[in-house]
Amino acid sequence: MASAAGTAPLADVDMSTVSGRKRGKTGYLLLLPAAIWLGVFFVIPFYSLVATSLFDPSGSDSRGYDMTYHVANYWHVFQDYRGPLLRSLWYGAIATAFCLVLGYVLAYAIAFKAGRWKNLMLVLVIAPFFTSFLVRTLSWKLILADDGFVVNTLQAVHVLGSDGRLLATPVAVVAGLTYNFLPFMVLPLFASIDKIDHRLIEAASDLYANPIKGFFKVTWPLSLPGVVSGTLLTFIPAAGDYINAQLLGSPNQRMVGSVIQSLFTDANNYPAAGALSMILMIIIVAMVLVYVRRAGTEELL
Amino acid sequence: MSQVAEDTSSGADALADPSSYDGLALRQLTKHFGAFHAVRDLDLDVPRGSFFALLGPSGCGKTTTLRMVAGLETPSSGSITLAGNDITYAKPYQRPVNTVFQSYALFPHLDIYENVAFGLRRRKKSDVDTQVREMLELVELSSQARKKPAQLSGGQQQRVALARALINSPEVLLLDEPLGALDLKLRRSMQIEIKRIQTEVGRTFIHVTHDQEEAMTMADTVAVMNAGIIEQMGAPAELYENPRSTFVANFLGQSNLIEGTVTSRDADLVSVDMHGIPVSVPAGRAHAPGDKGWVGIRPEKVLIGSEGEALDAPGHTIPGGVVSDVSFVGVSTQYLVRMPWGQELQVFSQNTGRTRIFATGDKVELSWRPEYAFLLDAAQDASAGAQRVDTDG
Amino acid sequence: MNWLRKHLVLILGLLVLVYTFIPIFVVVLMSFNDPASRLIYRFDGFTLHNWLNPCEDPAMCSALGRSVEIGLLATAGSTILGTLAAFALVRHDFRGRSTANLLIFLPMAAPEIVMGSSLLALFVGAGFAGQLGFWTILIAHIMFCLSFVVVTVRSRLAGMDDNLEQAAMDLYATPRQTFWKVTFPLVFPGILGAALLSFSLSFDDFIVTNLNAGQTTTFPMYVWGVAQRGVPMQVNVVGTMMFVISIVIVVGGELNSRRRARALA
Repeated sequence: MASAAGTAPLADVDMSTVSGRKRGKTGYLLLLPAAIWLGVFFVIPFYSLVATSLFDPSGSDSRGYDMTYHVANYWHVFQDYRGPLLRSLWYGAIATAFCLVLGYVLAYAIAFKAGRWKNLMLVLVIAPFFTSFLVRTLSWKLILADDGFVVNTLQAVHVLGSDGRLLATPVAVVAGLTYNFLPFMVLPLFASIDKIDHRLIEAASDLYANPIKGFFKVTWPLSLPGVVSGTLLTFIPAAGDYINAQLLGSPNQRMVGSVIQSLFTDANNYPAAGALSMILMIIIVAMVLVYVRRAGTEELL
Repeated sequence: MSQVAEDTSSGADALADPSSYDGLALRQLTKHFGAFHAVRDLDLDVPRGSFFALLGPSGCGKTTTLRMVAGLETPSSGSITLAGNDITYAKPYQRPVNTVFQSYALFPHLDIYENVAFGLRRRKKSDVDTQVREMLELVELSSQARKKPAQLSGGQQQRVALARALINSPEVLLLDEPLGALDLKLRRSMQIEIKRIQTEVGRTFIHVTHDQEEAMTMADTVAVMNAGIIEQMGAPAELYENPRSTFVANFLGQSNLIEGTVTSRDADLVSVDMHGIPVSVPAGRAHAPGDKGWVGIRPEKVLIGSEGEALDAPGHTIPGGVVSDVSFVGVSTQYLVRMPWGQELQVFSQNTGRTRIFATGDKVELSWRPEYAFLLDAAQDASAGAQRVDTDG
Repeated sequence: MNWLRKHLVLILGLLVLVYTFIPIFVVVLMSFNDPASRLIYRFDGFTLHNWLNPCEDPAMCSALGRSVEIGLLATAGSTILGTLAAFALVRHDFRGRSTANLLIFLPMAAPEIVMGSSLLALFVGAGFAGQLGFWTILIAHIMFCLSFVVVTVRSRLAGMDDNLEQAAMDLYATPRQTFWKVTFPLVFPGILGAALLSFSLSFDDFIVTNLNAGQTTTFPMYVWGVAQRGVPMQVNVVGTMMFVISIVIVVGGELNSRRRARALA
């Protein structure tokens, strides 16, 4: 930038990029600490995990592990723990589906029907989740207890058999998962639904669509970005969660998360644990990619 | 006020020597963003204490020029001199220049008092309280001093933005389309208000706008800007009555531009053959160097009468017109008249009550005094600067 | 009947909201519980004993203290790093910005068990298997809180009118003054919100913490431990207190801003 009159332009007040952003080294410097932290403690661990999953399983914590690219680890661990793995994915999916239904109703109600209570209701959605996750889940243990109100009522209306129970069944686990991950569904859904111009729905009804048709033709498609991000933000942690299964289920409902945990801590079988972790992650990433491509939206957050 | 525009002998006014000029001088100012040239070799002198308007359509570079004067953009080349001091590369907080932003940019977390006091506090001026109270009185917002900007109306926010800038007694006050967001009535009253304040305060105001009515109402001097360059500069009346390019002719008000061929030129008069009809244009209003030109005449200067009727002002008579559209606008009646060579001319006829109102299909004759006509270069686009009929101002 | 149909969605929504509060009622209720047996989780009798003797089990209070300690440090670390990063991503242009955006996003979407596993793999692989504890937990917490801080501060920053900073400079503020007098006050609510979010994420974390804690115990780990052995009711006291404190902060903040707005009306 040559100038006809005198001194060179000074870089720090040069706001002449079209986008308004500042160029130069400051950006890198500001980002650096966070980038290094994530690089060291998120990216590199990923490689460690891959490496660990390929260790020779005959090593141990004290003797150390040999890297033998023992790909068989994956196959072994998949065979041994196929049950919990598939169960986790399955429970996660069901819980996500329930969350979608409940969450959509709630998000819709807040976005369109709440009027001036909107902010208050949003706070109320998040408020219960300020309590400890574990303490809340323990409460469900009480609520779904064998001689508690819920079970007795369900027995009275013959939904449950006379000796039926909810605790230590898949029902309790899924119920716990649904409950605990509801906000992860509601908030993105709300963000998306809130953006929908209400007049579009009015226009639909002006053009002879009844409310149900109007919903499926106008509201639902426009809320899809929220649905996609909500389902992802719910399914991913739900599939990896094992707290609900442990507290509310029985050993029959063991989820892959608790398997991985115990492989690390109790069995000290690092290669197996690593391999199982990798398998879970690969499956989830694959599902996400397929899902996002099918849903057609790239904006996740 | 004389109807006949003054004869300006040269196209570009002579530029002052920046180092001794007491106003704002822009020399060869250029700004490009990559391949796009927003401002091109701009030369401008803004006299000290004047109310100066920079007028042009969106994208013409007027806001970029303003921001360079404020220091919020760095010029690609050229210089900016204020009262003899080169401020081209000075930072915004080092210049005695303040801006009233289009979006007002009031600090939402500070109340009105602190917003207005902001500049004084940064310069560590004493006596802040007295000055702020005086300024708030000047813009009639004393009672709102402790409110936050969000609590004020658009017009009030606009006045705060003005006060906040003005209180610093800048050498030049820049206004970036400050009235754009206001409704019509409020805009009109603010135009008068700002003009009054400028006269009272006596400082140089540079007002950027795309509204030609606003520019002509408020400013002493108007510069019409188009695609990065200044087309013409001068007093509003001069620009309006004697435009030097088709852009200016169409951008300010409306013009009829009719093809013609120059038949002769002498010291006072240029004769033009306009589709077979001989018309003349005073030499000082002829800005066409070549043989061909656009004969320009403002619609309100065109007289309309029935065929053969003796018209009020004898001038050129253009026969053979047929009224193709009539719009009664209350104050005037606006006609579109189709001429024998196919062009539709606009005629604004004031409803004085003395002349009849014509109907579509009527055969009419048009006439105008030669001293109101102007001649423009045929090489220029006859539709340059023309705005859509349905925009207001 | 018509009224019901018109307000159906709202009623259903409110029902869902009530559903989310049921366990909270239980937590509050159980904090006043006088349990007949430690092993059966059931409401037997009302007592204030739990509230008056919160640290009856010293292990709980020490775990609680640990969680608070880690929470505060993790909040400080992630808020500072995250705020700087947010400024970089919004205000600056540099190559690799989109990669950085992706990197920030990933920890929010990754399953905790995988994140925890990989961190453990790193620590063990680097030879720190014997030193798992306070510092490894802290490192992990800062790591996953970072992303949330960046996203929160970033959205606040991006929503700020950038004319404001130009206006400040036009009014004689140097870049430093512009930052402290204009930019920072306006971003601060976002930073504060990010800090609160960060603290609650850290405090409540179990899966990642459990894998990388070694012998150290945080509050969630303590609850997990006693869930099999018999839960002391003081756990619910803590739960209730957390809920109350959070509500007070949120509602207090809301009332405060409303009060300020009304006072100037």
